[in-house]
Amino acid sequence: MIWKTLKRWYHQLGSPRYFYRFSEAVLPWLWPIALLVTTVGLVWGLAFAPEDYQQGNSYRIIFIHVPAASAALLGYISIGVAGLVNLVWRMKMAEVMIKAIAPFGAVLAAIALITGAIWGKPTWGTYWVWDARLTSMLIMLFLYLGIMALIHAISDPRQAGRAAGLLAVVGVINVIIVKYSVEWWHSLHQGSTIKLTGETTMPAEMLIPLLLSMLGIYLLFAVSVLWRARAELLWRERKSAWVKELL
Amino acid sequence: MYFESLTAFLQMGHHGPYVWSAYGISALLVATNLYWAHRRQRTVLNEIRRLARRQQSGL
Repeated sequence: MIWKTLKRWYHQLGSPRYFYRFSEAVLPWLWPIALLVTTVGLVWGLAFAPEDYQQGNSYRIIFIHVPAASAALLGYISIGVAGLVNLVWRMKMAEVMIKAIAPFGAVLAAIALITGAIWGKPTWGTYWVWDARLTSMLIMLFLYLGIMALIHAISDPRQAGRAAGLLAVVGVINVIIVKYSVEWWHSLHQGSTIKLTGETTMPAEMLIPLLLSMLGIYLLFAVSVLWRARAELLWRERKSAWVKELL
Repeated sequence: MYFESLTAFLQMGHHGPYVWSAYGISALLVATNLYWAHRRQRTVLNEIRRLARRQQSGL
């Protein structure tokens, strides 16, 4: 039953025309919700959450740093999955998704690095160290930029999609390194605060705004992916009947 | 609100410059990126319309 539904979704959303209509129905309420959730999470974290007893107010950078970093990782995993789907099934929609995800993913990786550096100064006394977490995150930014550059450099969109997909799949190894870098190596970077398994070491008055900010950033990410995917679909399908109907 | 005054909120106990620059840069990057993503749809539609017009006029 679930398998059948998933399979139907896969085929429906794999159809450019269906995807375009689906996104048109979703976007008008998705972007206001995304903006609202992000704003509530960030304002709560900035103005209402209590101070950290060790780091003082500099810790408030967490409300943008952690959502950006985790969304950048999640975005990269999505590109990796799309890359794999494209390598195996040559799915047009997967190519579109790779191209649609990469720019905002790169921006989020950059934000994670910049806010992390700013946070590092009052906390560690330095903006940057070449340790495992920071370096692997920098590599992730370069992977995102590499994927974008590759897509722009190859004029045939299908070939570009395949090459970018391959780079994306190989780069997934780096996601694992980023994730476990704080456990495998001695790092200045603190361990994860939020854990999917095991106890989260953060009081609720900090955790709730953090989770809201994360949800908000994920939703904004989704909005940007849908907008970019729509533009890409229109261009690729410009000779098809359904696009001509839109004109 | 956690802070006692607006000044305290802006100063963030000497961490103001760090916190506000981090948020400012992030907001700028996200907003710019979303704007581009949204505008791209219109740019592409206009380009397709232009191509269609050119085709119709037989050029």
